[in-house]
Amino acid sequence: MALYHNEDQAMLADTARQFMGEEGTIGKQLRHWRDKQCKDGFGHALWKQFAELGFTGILVSEADGGLGMGHVEAGIVLEEIGRNLTPSPFLTSSVMAATALGGGNDELRGRYLPGLLAGDSVFAVAVDEGPKHRPERIATRAERAGNGFKLTGSKAFVVHGGSADMLVVAARTAGADDDQDGITLFAVPKDAAGLSQDAVRLVDSSMATYVKLDGVQVDADAVIGEVDAGRELLTRVLNAGRVGAAAESVGVAGGAFDMTTTYLKQRKQFGQLIGEFQALQHRASHLYSELEIARAAVIKAQQLLDAGSDKAELMVSVAKAKAGKAASLAVKEGVQMHGGIGMTDEYDIGLYMKRDRALAEFMGDMYYHAERVAQLSGY
Amino acid sequence: MSDLEAFRGEIRAWLEENCPPEMREPVRSDDDICWGGRKFQFKNEAQKLWMERCAAKGYTVPDWPKAYGGAGMNAAEAKIWREEMNRIGARPPLSSFGIWMLGPALLKFGTEEQKVHYLGQIARGEIRWCQGYSEPGSGSDLVSLQTFGEDKGDHWVVNGQKIWTSYANKADWIFCLVRTDKTNKYQGISFLLFDMESPGVSTKPILLISGNSPFCETFFDNVKVPKHQIVGDLNRGWDVAKYLLGHEREMISGAGGNDRLNTIGAFAKRNGLEDPLLRAELAMFDVDALAFSAMGEKFLDEIKVGKAHPAQPNMMKYAGTELNKRRHELLMATGGSAALEWDSEASGGGSKARTWLRTKANSIEGGTSEVMLNVISKRILDLPGA
Repeated sequence: MALYHNEDQAMLADTARQFMGEEGTIGKQLRHWRDKQCKDGFGHALWKQFAELGFTGILVSEADGGLGMGHVEAGIVLEEIGRNLTPSPFLTSSVMAATALGGGNDELRGRYLPGLLAGDSVFAVAVDEGPKHRPERIATRAERAGNGFKLTGSKAFVVHGGSADMLVVAARTAGADDDQDGITLFAVPKDAAGLSQDAVRLVDSSMATYVKLDGVQVDADAVIGEVDAGRELLTRVLNAGRVGAAAESVGVAGGAFDMTTTYLKQRKQFGQLIGEFQALQHRASHLYSELEIARAAVIKAQQLLDAGSDKAELMVSVAKAKAGKAASLAVKEGVQMHGGIGMTDEYDIGLYMKRDRALAEFMGDMYYHAERVAQLSGY
Repeated sequence: MSDLEAFRGEIRAWLEENCPPEMREPVRSDDDICWGGRKFQFKNEAQKLWMERCAAKGYTVPDWPKAYGGAGMNAAEAKIWREEMNRIGARPPLSSFGIWMLGPALLKFGTEEQKVHYLGQIARGEIRWCQGYSEPGSGSDLVSLQTFGEDKGDHWVVNGQKIWTSYANKADWIFCLVRTDKTNKYQGISFLLFDMESPGVSTKPILLISGNSPFCETFFDNVKVPKHQIVGDLNRGWDVAKYLLGHEREMISGAGGNDRLNTIGAFAKRNGLEDPLLRAELAMFDVDALAFSAMGEKFLDEIKVGKAHPAQPNMMKYAGTELNKRRHELLMATGGSAALEWDSEASGGGSKARTWLRTKANSIEGGTSEVMLNVISKRILDLPGA
């Protein structure tokens, strides 16, 4: 498969770019909800518009009423989200939770997917248990109780947890904390008894929660997929989140880069445009190279995931690490090249730096994924 | 069966019958490469046979037109040819600057007569070419070159000096940038072809830090060049040179991360990898290298359909050569003191250290990294004054 968008994908990209560039702008969304101290951190009206365009069901099968598309297409939407810093529950709901629900039975999909497709529901995914992404170790327990399970433990960095109607929770039904096996995924409703959440506003104005599961009782029909054998489905959910976050990072980097090169062509010092200085030209050109390479790694990973290739795992980690490296460079150079105004809240470049930092941590940072590249390569 | 599948069958059968077993062994050193030309000593009978059999079918330059010594393969057929060659591990029957550099220039700018004559010689491995571009005072600023061709009616008399002429001492002919108008910088250069045995041509190999001498200084002392040996129009040689530099950059950029199935870390582990910080560096390198190989694939896909930015080869050259330098720094670090050996048999004659030193030229030859960044600034980012 060629490593560029086909005609349908290019059309989708046009639609997404136009929509996000009009409705998802920093002024209309990010700053608006931030300045209102919104407890969701995003707008529900925009989420409804996502649904009208079909975006919410992009990864949901056609049989379930979705578009039945792949990670390339989800990534197209995410890149535009990144470029505009558009706050939305798309990545957690339509990419990660939708991937989890795709592994669930008819009843479960019937219970949750219609709300997602309509843009009425928001979902979150609770995997991490500490400040760093370490899904190999899962200590949250689910014990059989009555007709179902009782969940005990705590989760961290649950993005949009406070706004979510349902949380996909990864818990251990067997084995020790570090075991590969013995994982089960649960669809836990927000109002389940024993579930409590502490909401925190993050550096990028997004909202996340610390989740406490204090003997949360769920019925057996809350199980997504199979009991004890959920690791494979969890990995699918994580890979979807990782390659999705990588695509969003490419968008963040692209937005910051465009702002910065525009500024280089406007700002004058010493009687000339600062873009005329070779010291800045070379850094901008190096950054361009890094962004192009990151973009290539991301589309390669998306295609391999969509094709079900056994090389996808490695390339997803390459993509998350490379996109993280490139985006981090883009926002740091962006602020530096803007000079003093880059430090002001009024100017948008700093918002890109904040979003990049949050995305970098989400689903594993470049160090975590470089480590995975080493392990998957056998060293 | 589709036409292409039938074609693949034909190629496979032909290779099975005609590629000698010795030519299916991996290339171990420069010695194993068949360069062709008047002075070339074939390493063995198999090497000679392999080149001649391929030349007879046009397979030394499979995608050139049949009229010029090629096999007239289209892109899909040429891909099948490469795949079938790779399948049996066949060595290229012939490698040369004629194939990589002069050929594409002649195909674009040459007259019909030049194409038939010179391209045929290249395809048959009869003439080995070298490239006369850089001069002692004209490296990155190539267009300032001073080698001058004085108009003498039916010929030019060329005087001057070139440097970094790859294998000039082994080449038969040179394609050379010569100033033919001193009053016009860009439109005062012509692209001339001449025999290295012409009276007045001399070469002197340059010993490099790697201990090898692949490059020469080349001197021209009243060298007579007939007027019909010009490619393109008089004083428009810069157009040809620019076109060729694009090719050269693509070629060198290929040296970066492509076709490497094993990560450098996996390679290092076989030699014992105990230092956690070195392991971390290797992992970060492998992220960049694997991402760049995706970039290589994307670039080729986009070139095929005209989607790539015309200046994108400059980015590929920049990123690929910088990556390759990093690769060899890490290979030296993982090799430790054993990688320092300069001429022992165990080290293959110091191949690790010499290759490491050789890679330092990657980001200098064919346009320095700094020139590549200038070009990206100007042509892709459209920055002011670039």
